[in-house]
Amino acid sequence: MQLPRSTLLDAYLRMQRIRNFEERIVIEFSSGEIPGFIHSYLGQEASAVGTCIHLDDDDYIGSTHRGHGHCIAKGADLKAMMAELYGKRDGLCRGKGGSMHIADLSKGMLGANAIVGGSPPLVLGAALTAKTRGNGKVAVAFTGDGGSNQGTVFEAMNMAVVLQLPAIFVIENNGFGEGTAASYACGTPDLAARAAAFGMPAVAVDGTDFFAVHDAVGEAVERARGGGGPSTVETRCPRFTGHFVGDPQHYRARGEVEALRRDGDPLALIRRRLIEAGLFDVEQFDALDRDVAAEIDDAVAFARAAPIPDEADLMADVYIAYR
Amino acid sequence: MPRKTIREAINEALAQEMERDPNVIIIGEDVAGGEGGSSGVEDAFGGVMGVTKGLLPRFGRTRVIDTPISESAIMGMAAGAAVTGLRPVAELMFADFFGVCFDQIYNQAAKFRYMFGGRARTPLVIRSMIGAGYSAAAQHSQSPHSIFTHVPGLKVVMPSSAYDAKGLLIQAIRDDDPVVFFEHKLLYDLADEVPSEPYAIPFGEANFVREGDDVTIVAFARMVHIAAEAADLLEKEGISVDLIDPRTTSPLDEDSILESVRRTGRLVVVDEGNPRCGLAADIAALAAEHAFHSLKAPIRTVTAPHTPVPFAPNLEAAYIPSAARVAAVVREIMR
Ligand SMILES: Cc1ncc(C[n+]2csc(CCOP(=O)(O)OP(=O)(O)O)c2C)c(N)n1
Ligand SMILES: [Mg+2]
Repeated sequence: MQLPRSTLLDAYLRMQRIRNFEERIVIEFSSGEIPGFIHSYLGQEASAVGTCIHLDDDDYIGSTHRGHGHCIAKGADLKAMMAELYGKRDGLCRGKGGSMHIADLSKGMLGANAIVGGSPPLVLGAALTAKTRGNGKVAVAFTGDGGSNQGTVFEAMNMAVVLQLPAIFVIENNGFGEGTAASYACGTPDLAARAAAFGMPAVAVDGTDFFAVHDAVGEAVERARGGGGPSTVETRCPRFTGHFVGDPQHYRARGEVEALRRDGDPLALIRRRLIEAGLFDVEQFDALDRDVAAEIDDAVAFARAAPIPDEADLMADVYIAYR
Repeated sequence: MPRKTIREAINEALAQEMERDPNVIIIGEDVAGGEGGSSGVEDAFGGVMGVTKGLLPRFGRTRVIDTPISESAIMGMAAGAAVTGLRPVAELMFADFFGVCFDQIYNQAAKFRYMFGGRARTPLVIRSMIGAGYSAAAQHSQSPHSIFTHVPGLKVVMPSSAYDAKGLLIQAIRDDDPVVFFEHKLLYDLADEVPSEPYAIPFGEANFVREGDDVTIVAFARMVHIAAEAADLLEKEGISVDLIDPRTTSPLDEDSILESVRRTGRLVVVDEGNPRCGLAADIAALAAEHAFHSLKAPIRTVTAPHTPVPFAPNLEAAYIPSAARVAAVVREIMR
């Protein structure tokens, strides 16, 4: 598929924003600035961006506990995201959600989800809204290899087929669910085939290759917009990091992660491809990277300076008050 | 006597019961961890909090079973295994995840004995984590023990010390009915004296944490420690607290609570759960019904508010009942 230069630039920038954001929050989290738990999206950038590049603000996505990348790829404001991770009042969820619940409804981002397998049924609902209104919008459910074993995901897949909903299931197969390998936990190594058995088109692609994800999800989105029903894309993108920031990863062989970062880096891949195609040169990329780094610096500065929530916020948005 | 943390006490209880009875097995996500990993390290997790560490090398994969992320199947498999002769200890990593799998607990395991006319035994233990305090936000911080307590057919355990954790878990495993064993995630490193030999603490028998005359405080799990802190503050002001930890919410040691309330004439219940239809309201109603004429002051409850658990540390701190709040409430009813 031939893509316009502006789209490629946009894709690169989104991927680089995710990369920088995630690298930065590992530092901020480790120094104690960010509370709670952090699951890093490093190494999976092409999966989120290759998918969300096809979507508008009024298309929907449902995400996972590893949700920052999806949020950025869908166009959420970096400052408000960072402030949310810091538990600040100016955060996307006013400091009430944090990393595992980050959401931006104005961008069609229906939330990270700390319940594994929580998103796919919700995404069916967004797809149902689109189908009912007949507006050609689509809804994407991100799930992990581990999450793909939840009954909720099987139910959602079957129902999407039965109702011919404009839903796309993106199974991000990063090889692990916590410390358990997909090769153990999934009865078949072919998660796309399992989805296909529900009666929808399903393919597996190299999830570190923006172009591969882009093409596969593009087809699925086009089909869904045209009333052709749901699809599944399995994106294979090995996890660059531990399950959470601080995971010692005793279950992985020494050197495995280093090798992945060296040989399977989605950022390096898209850069190389675009340079080879003569569309960008190294200096241009370096300048873009500096711009992105400055955006992330600004986001961190904004988050640090933002006020913490008012104690009265505790009781806001519960509909009902008791004495 | 050796000091052990709650984590160690639970691990020891599991190991000793597995040693004693080959029917005892462990089922859950990453209860060993590392399955299929490239390092060849078995037991890479031992549970997300390290509670089941070391059990796989000792008892093997047939008895320490890592599962896919499929809570309904985990709970159903455990219930089905229990009713057919095994004694599974199934882990529901965070109590919040009961939302994914409650049918297998609520409509299945809890009902068997009664619904089948007393002809079924379901010696199932579900271990699960409750509690806020880690900024883990709305879906990983809840204390839904009241929901389980509401269900006829379930027994519910909430230990506050390592000694109790070991004895109550051994009792839970030997019990012939489904038991939900809630571990508070902020208490794992808390240590006290724990005998090395196996022992069982019967359900429905309160622990008298400290004795006093002015006010009865009833609390569970982490709230026992919050209440004890409050009692320390109050003691300096000349107020003496009778602190009761019933240890199990179902069965509930009603007699011990009522005896104490009749003696002190005042009751404060402290609970980390949400207030409506909750454990604190339940115990307040018990005293209102059966000790009304002994009361010198209104019964009070100190609970989390009627909200989900917020992420921001300052909001979360305001959410969790504090010693200061407990002490303030006691002062109010002592006036
Ligand atoms: C219902 C539920 N079960 C278990 C967990 C604990 N948990 C959080 S992430 C995770 C692993 C998820 O694996 P996968 O879906 O492959 O996503 P990845 O972490 O690899 O992105 C588990 C078991 C949870 N949050 N929710
Ligand atoms: Mg995974």
